Amino acid sequence: MTEQPQLSFFARLWLAFLCFWRVLASRPFAQAVYPLSQGYDAGTLGRPALPKEEPKPALPPEREHASALVLLSMLQREGRLIDFLQENVAGFPDADVGAAARIVHEGCRKVVQQYLGLKPVLPQGEGAAVTVPAGFDAQRIRLTGNVAGQPPYSGALKHHGWVATEVKFPTVSPALDPRVVAPAEVELA
Amino acid sequence: MARYAIGIDLGTTHSAVSYFNLEEGKPRGSAQSMLPIAQLTAPGTVEARTLLPSFLYLPSEQEFPAGSLGLPWKADATTLVGELARTHGAKVPTRLVSSAKSWLSHPGVDRRSAMLPWQAPPEVQRVSPLEASARYLRHLREAWDHTFARTREEAGNSLAQQDVIITVPASFDPAARELTLEAAQAAGIPNITLLEEPQAALYAWLEAQGEGFRKRVKPGEVILVVDVGGGTSDFSVITVRERGGEVELVRVAVGDHILLGGDNMDLALAHTLNQRLAAEGKKLDPWQFNALTYGSRQAKETLYGDPTLARVPIAIPGRGSSLIGGTLRTELSREELEKLLTDGFFPVSPMTELPRTARRTGLAQMALPYAQDPGVTRHLAAFLTRQAQALASSPDSPVDVRSKSFLHPTAVLFNGGVFKAGPLKARVMEVLNGWLTADGGAPAKELEGADLDLSVARGAAYYGWVRQGHGLRIRGGTARAYYVGVETAMPAVPGMEPPVKALCVAPFGMEEGTQADVPPQEFGLVTGEPTQFRFFASSVRRDDKVGNMIDDVAGREELEELAPIETTLPGQPQPYGDLTPVNLQAAVTEVGTLELRCLEKNGTGRWKLELNVRMKE
Repeated sequence: MTEQPQLSFFARLWLAFLCFWRVLASRPFAQAVYPLSQGYDAGTLGRPALPKEEPKPALPPEREHASALVLLSMLQREGRLIDFLQENVAGFPDADVGAAARIVHEGCRKVVQQYLGLKPVLPQGEGAAVTVPAGFDAQRIRLTGNVAGQPPYSGALKHHGWVATEVKFPTVSPALDPRVVAPAEVELA
Repeated sequence: MARYAIGIDLGTTHSAVSYFNLEEGKPRGSAQSMLPIAQLTAPGTVEARTLLPSFLYLPSEQEFPAGSLGLPWKADATTLVGELARTHGAKVPTRLVSSAKSWLSHPGVDRRSAMLPWQAPPEVQRVSPLEASARYLRHLREAWDHTFARTREEAGNSLAQQDVIITVPASFDPAARELTLEAAQAAGIPNITLLEEPQAALYAWLEAQGEGFRKRVKPGEVILVVDVGGGTSDFSVITVRERGGEVELVRVAVGDHILLGGDNMDLALAHTLNQRLAAEGKKLDPWQFNALTYGSRQAKETLYGDPTLARVPIAIPGRGSSLIGGTLRTELSREELEKLLTDGFFPVSPMTELPRTARRTGLAQMALPYAQDPGVTRHLAAFLTRQAQALASSPDSPVDVRSKSFLHPTAVLFNGGVFKAGPLKARVMEVLNGWLTADGGAPAKELEGADLDLSVARGAAYYGWVRQGHGLRIRGGTARAYYVGVETAMPAVPGMEPPVKALCVAPFGMEEGTQADVPPQEFGLVTGEPTQFRFFASSVRRDDKVGNMIDDVAGREELEELAPIETTLPGQPQPYGDLTPVNLQAAVTEVGTLELRCLEKNGTGRWKLELNVRMKE
């Protein structure tokens, strides 16, 4: 809020006089003053007026989750992930699946490394003995096995976890339909 | 006054921009000061990357959805520069402009004519090599301005107001330098200076060393810079000497323009693997061949990076949605890699073995003049031998070459992505040290700690600071002497061309901002009509003075003919063909380009001579 002027008694008298006539003479002025008067009665005057909740038009799901689709399309573009997942692996020998996995691995890894900084939640090696202190972050550390008693706990690290330390997704033009994960390619002769 | 010195590495395959804050004026950390260059990486997706692939894609109108080619500073862009141009262009080669820099330095074509993409369909609006270079530079300028000069208060940061240093290969001829300057001006970058790439690489090394360089390089040291980029190989020799108690760096020599680079190496691998696949009955389409080239490069880096691996599998995806069914498999073995790359491009050859040169036919002129011999070491041998001979006959040689059969380097600085492969650096050192030992010299050492991809841009920005009188400056001036052809007067004999002499107009080692004397030789020019002069350069005639005349240019290997120079004297053609007597004078501008002018004898007229951009047919 901008700072309000300190009004003297006479200034207020003059304002009262002005307001009286203006409320009578001008409908828009009266309409503007009315919510202030209501607020005075309700005791909420002086608090920053809450912006009216404009009911946001509900985004269609593909817009709401556009970045997830964009990530899929990047994984497809660089690592052919969707092709891989949509294909029936049952009919192929392991060697063929392995060769394709190299493409998926290399491309998807590139995407993950480029757009996310990933590092283990806990720095210790897996299998190492670790102590979980009191007040630990239950989202970052999950307890398994014989969960009893009070922290600090001691246990063995089974999986070091992953946490994104940096998220640097590119901006994608809203002009594009995010549902298109990969375009069809038509080669002209 | 400029706030930043900005170094632009305008490469054949990649460009990069580095900046140096002149107001802070202190050497930078090794990871700092590269401009993140916003570019399209997919339709509608803008990302900032350190490198801008030097590719231009000219899309058809309906090819991409409306608005998907917009850049943060230009929502309605219709052409593409950078990563998406490169990846998409691989699938539509007829609309992709690549290697514009190699075309820009190709004297066999008119570099101002709209000729690229070379095989474009007729409806594509082609661009000239000059225009393509200008578009890359404009993209870099706009990316800079968008990052640093977006608001009105920051207007003083705009690129046009900074000291901009653009790097060129040391082997670029005067016309190619002039065209680079022209491209920068067309891109809206008025204040530029040109710097040779190997020098920029050494500046970057000097900046990274700080004061410690005095421990690593001593007076008497002869540093060989081996710069193998994506498309060209460039050699320079820079020596360290002491003069009046001050350490001084002098650029002694530069090599010829060799169109041979890392891309050729990856292609060589891909072609070999492709032959093997073809023998197995598997045929690759052009897109798959591209994927194979990419896979070969990855495999190469893996093998060179890990000496314990004997072979690396390569998977080439099919284009269809069936990934597992469509994938072709092959592998690259260490044996093949060493045979093809290490021995093919960096052979252990004796000093005396010179690169093969194949005779060119007239038709070959239209393609890029790629090096005929892939042996980088053989090109290096030829360079060092030729320069030693030149220095031996020079009374004022900055390097002692007495009783040496070639120029002995004492240290080597590598540059270019090719040398990320440690074994290739080791091979060059092995070959060079073999030559040195055989010639009775001490082995050379490698100057370590260079960033192979970014040092040219970084060094160029640092040079902006050096130019203001800080740190060590590399001296040397022009690396060639320049000559114009003079026809000798002799009675006409049918079927015999009169011999042409070469008149030296600019000596070796002219510094920026100087002009040469006026040679006594006088020419008569016809008013109002274009006059052409044949134009020659020599990288080995170090001691010719202005006015020296070389008899009969025919068959002289030390003279290289460049595209001709041309001028038109203003005025109307005279009925009797009146001749105006003129002298020629050369000057090296502050920017680093060569300028030739005609001075009217007994008058005040002066005309600039244009460096022609196309070789005479």
